[in-house]
Amino acid sequence: MRRGIAATALVATLALAATACGGDSGDSGEKKSSGKLSGTVTWWDTSTVGSEDKVFKKLAEGFEKKHPDVDVKYVNVPFGEAQNKFKNAAQSGSGAPDVIRAEVAWTPQFADLGYLAPLDGTTALKNEKDFLGQAAASTKYNGKTYAVPQVIDSMGLFYNEKIFKDAGVKVPRTIDELKSVSKKIKDKTGKTGLYLRGDDAYWFLSFLYGEGGDLVDAKKKTVTVDQEPGVKALKVVKDLVDSGAAKTDATDGWENMQASFKDGKAAMMINGPWAVADTFAGKEFKDKANLGITTVPAGSAGQGAPQGGHNLAVYAGSKNLDASYAFSEYMTSATSQALIAKELNLLPTRTSVYSQPDVSGNHIVGFFKPVVDKAVERPWIPETGSLFEPLKTEYTKVLTGQTTPEKGAKATGDSYRKLLKGWK
Amino acid sequence: MAVHTSQSVAKAAGDNVARGRSRGAGKPPGRFRRAVSVHWYAWTMIAPVVIVIGVIIGYPLGRGIYLSMTDANERNVERSIGVNHLPATYKFVGLDNYTDALTGNQFLSTLGWTLVWTVSCVSVTFVLGLTLANMLNRRIAGRSAYRMMLILPWAVPGFVSVFAWRFLYNEDRGLLNKLLAGGGIDAVPWLNDPTWAKFAVIVVNVWLGVPFMMVALLGGLQSIPGELYEAAEMDGASAWQRFRHITMPGLRSVSSTVVLLSTIWTFNMFPVIFLLTRGGPGEATQILVTQAYKFSFEISPRDFAMSSTWGVLILILLMVFAAVYRRALRKQGEVW
Repeated sequence: MRRGIAATALVATLALAATACGGDSGDSGEKKSSGKLSGTVTWWDTSTVGSEDKVFKKLAEGFEKKHPDVDVKYVNVPFGEAQNKFKNAAQSGSGAPDVIRAEVAWTPQFADLGYLAPLDGTTALKNEKDFLGQAAASTKYNGKTYAVPQVIDSMGLFYNEKIFKDAGVKVPRTIDELKSVSKKIKDKTGKTGLYLRGDDAYWFLSFLYGEGGDLVDAKKKTVTVDQEPGVKALKVVKDLVDSGAAKTDATDGWENMQASFKDGKAAMMINGPWAVADTFAGKEFKDKANLGITTVPAGSAGQGAPQGGHNLAVYAGSKNLDASYAFSEYMTSATSQALIAKELNLLPTRTSVYSQPDVSGNHIVGFFKPVVDKAVERPWIPETGSLFEPLKTEYTKVLTGQTTPEKGAKATGDSYRKLLKGWK
Repeated sequence: MAVHTSQSVAKAAGDNVARGRSRGAGKPPGRFRRAVSVHWYAWTMIAPVVIVIGVIIGYPLGRGIYLSMTDANERNVERSIGVNHLPATYKFVGLDNYTDALTGNQFLSTLGWTLVWTVSCVSVTFVLGLTLANMLNRRIAGRSAYRMMLILPWAVPGFVSVFAWRFLYNEDRGLLNKLLAGGGIDAVPWLNDPTWAKFAVIVVNVWLGVPFMMVALLGGLQSIPGELYEAAEMDGASAWQRFRHITMPGLRSVSSTVVLLSTIWTFNMFPVIFLLTRGGPGEATQILVTQAYKFSFEISPRDFAMSSTWGVLILILLMVFAAVYRRALRKQGEVW
C-alpha cells in the first residue's frame, strides 16, 4: 500500500515536470487561401522614443484599417539593443518579430545568418525600381534582396544660430575653423563648442572620411583603418577634445549630447536627420529657425559623411509571411514615406517621393538630400555590422588617453583581420 | 547516509524486491544493485531533485566545457529559423581556446584589474561593515532606525541602485558634480576617465555590499559573551586590546565566511560593471565576467567558444581560491 503511494507520487511528479517542459504549441497564424490577409504582424521599431515612435506607431496602425483582419503589434525596441535582441530571438527560434526595422549594416549580417526571408518577387518589393540605388544597395546579399529600404540618412553639423550670433562667429567649414569657432564661443559665451559622442564609433566616421580613410576596402579585400588616414583621424578627434574645442563622454553619449545641445549648453553637434524631431522638442529650438544645419567640417582630404539608414526586413520564421510582406510594402510606400518626411524630416528612399510638394518644400530634407548623394557608402558585406565594436573600444580609449592614435588604429586593424579571414 | 533513510520501509521494501528480482542469473547481486534494491524508496524520493539539478546545473556546465573546446560561434551553431533548420558545423579544437586565452594579454590584463577590483571592494566593504557593526552594537539612541537605514541599499533591487548612481555620476547633469560645483570644485569626469571610472565602480559596489557585511558581523558581535569584555576591562585591557584580542577572534568564523562569499560575489559582480560603465571607458573597468558576456553577446559574430572558455577559467580560478582559503583557515584551527 505504501509503496503504491510512493509510486503514484513519483509518476505524478514526473508527469508534472514533463508537461511543464512541453506545451506552447504556438498559434499558427490562420492563413486563408482567399487572398485576404489575416493574423498578427509584430513589428519591432527602433526609432527614437518620445518623438519618432509616435508617428511610426500611428502609421503602423493605419495598416490595420486597410486590412481589418490583421492585428499589428507595435513594439519599440531601443536602437542600441535591437540588434542583439533580434539575434537572440531569431537564433532560438522563438520571440522574434515578423518585421524588424534593421539598420543598413545589420541587414546583410542578419541575411548571412539565415534569419531573413528573401523578398524577391513578393509584394514587399512593389515598384522596386523607384528606390534610390544607394538605399537599395544594403538590402542585397548573395544575389537576393532581403529588406525594403525605409529611410536613408547621412550626417551633418547641427548648430545653434543664437549662440553663433552671440559669439559673432561664422559656420565652420573645416576642422581648423571648427577649432577657432569653438574657442571663440567658449571665450565669449562660456559654452561648449562641439559635443562629440565618444561612445559610438559611427560619430567618428566623418572624421575618418575627412582624412581620406575608410574602415576597409572590400574590393581589394584590405583593411584600411590602420593606414595613415585612420591614424590621422584619431589624432584629429583627440586634438579636438584635448584642446577643449569639443566635449566628449564615454557613457550615455546620446542622452548627454542631445541634452546639452537642446538646452543650449553646447553650440554644435554632429548628427543626422533622425535627431531633428527630438532636437526641436528642446527649449532652445522652440523657434525652429534657431537650428542651423550644415555639412560636416572637412578634414585634410575633404568632406565626408557616412551613408546610413534603415530597412524593413522580414523574419524568415514569421508565421504570417504574406501579411508581413504587405506590411513592409505599406510602411515603405510613397504615401507613408511622404508622411514620415513631413512629420519627422526623415529622408525618403523612393525617388518619386522627392517631387511631392510637402517633401520638396521641407528644408531639412532639402539639405540632407545632396549630402546623402555624396555620402560615403559602407561595404555591404555581412561583417559590416561587426566593424564598429572593436573601433568603438579603441576610439574611446584614444579619447580618454588610454592609448595613442597609432596603437588604437593598429589594434582596430588587427581585430578586423581576425574577423575578415584572409584579408590583408 | 543511506543507512539512515527510514529503516523499516527500506528493509521491508528491500526484502520484497530482492526476492522478486532474482530471476535468471544465479549469482548474488552486485553492490550497486543491492544498494538500489535496498534503498529504492530513498532514491525515488530524491530523483526529482537529482534530475532537476542535473538539468539546470549539470547540463549547462557540461555544455559550456564542451563548447570551450570547439570553435563555436554565431555562424556555425545549430539554428532553427521558422521552418529552416541549419545544422551545427563547428569543430572540436581541443585546448586551443585555452592556449589563446592564456597566452594573449587580454585575459591576463582583465584578470589583473578583476583582482584589484575584488581585493579593494572586499577589503573596503569589510572594514566599513566592521566599523558600522561595532558602532551599532552599542546602546545608542535610535539604534534600530540607523540599522534600517543602513540596510536600505540591500533592500533596493541592484539594478535600480546602479541606475541611480549612474545619474549621480553624470558629468554634466549629475548631482555629485552639482554638489562639487557648489563647493567650487571642477566637474569630475566620473565615468569618462579610466581612473575615475575604476574608483566609481568600486564605490558603488562597496555601497551595495556594506549592508550584508554589517548585518552578518553585527550578528557575530552579538554572539560574543559580554563577560569576556568585563573580565578584560578588570584586567586593564585598553579598548584596542579588547577589540584585537576578543572581538576579532570572536568574529573569526563569521568574518571568514562573509569574506569568502563576498570575494566570490565581487569577482563575478556583473550588474555593477555592466550597468554602470559597460566595461568602459574603453576596457578600463572590464572584469572577467563582463568580458565573457561581451564575447557571446556584444561582438559579432558572437564568439560562444571564447566566452565559455573564459567562463570555465573563472570557475577554475574561484575553485582554486576557495580551496586555498579553506586550507588556510583550517591551519588556523578553523573547522569549516
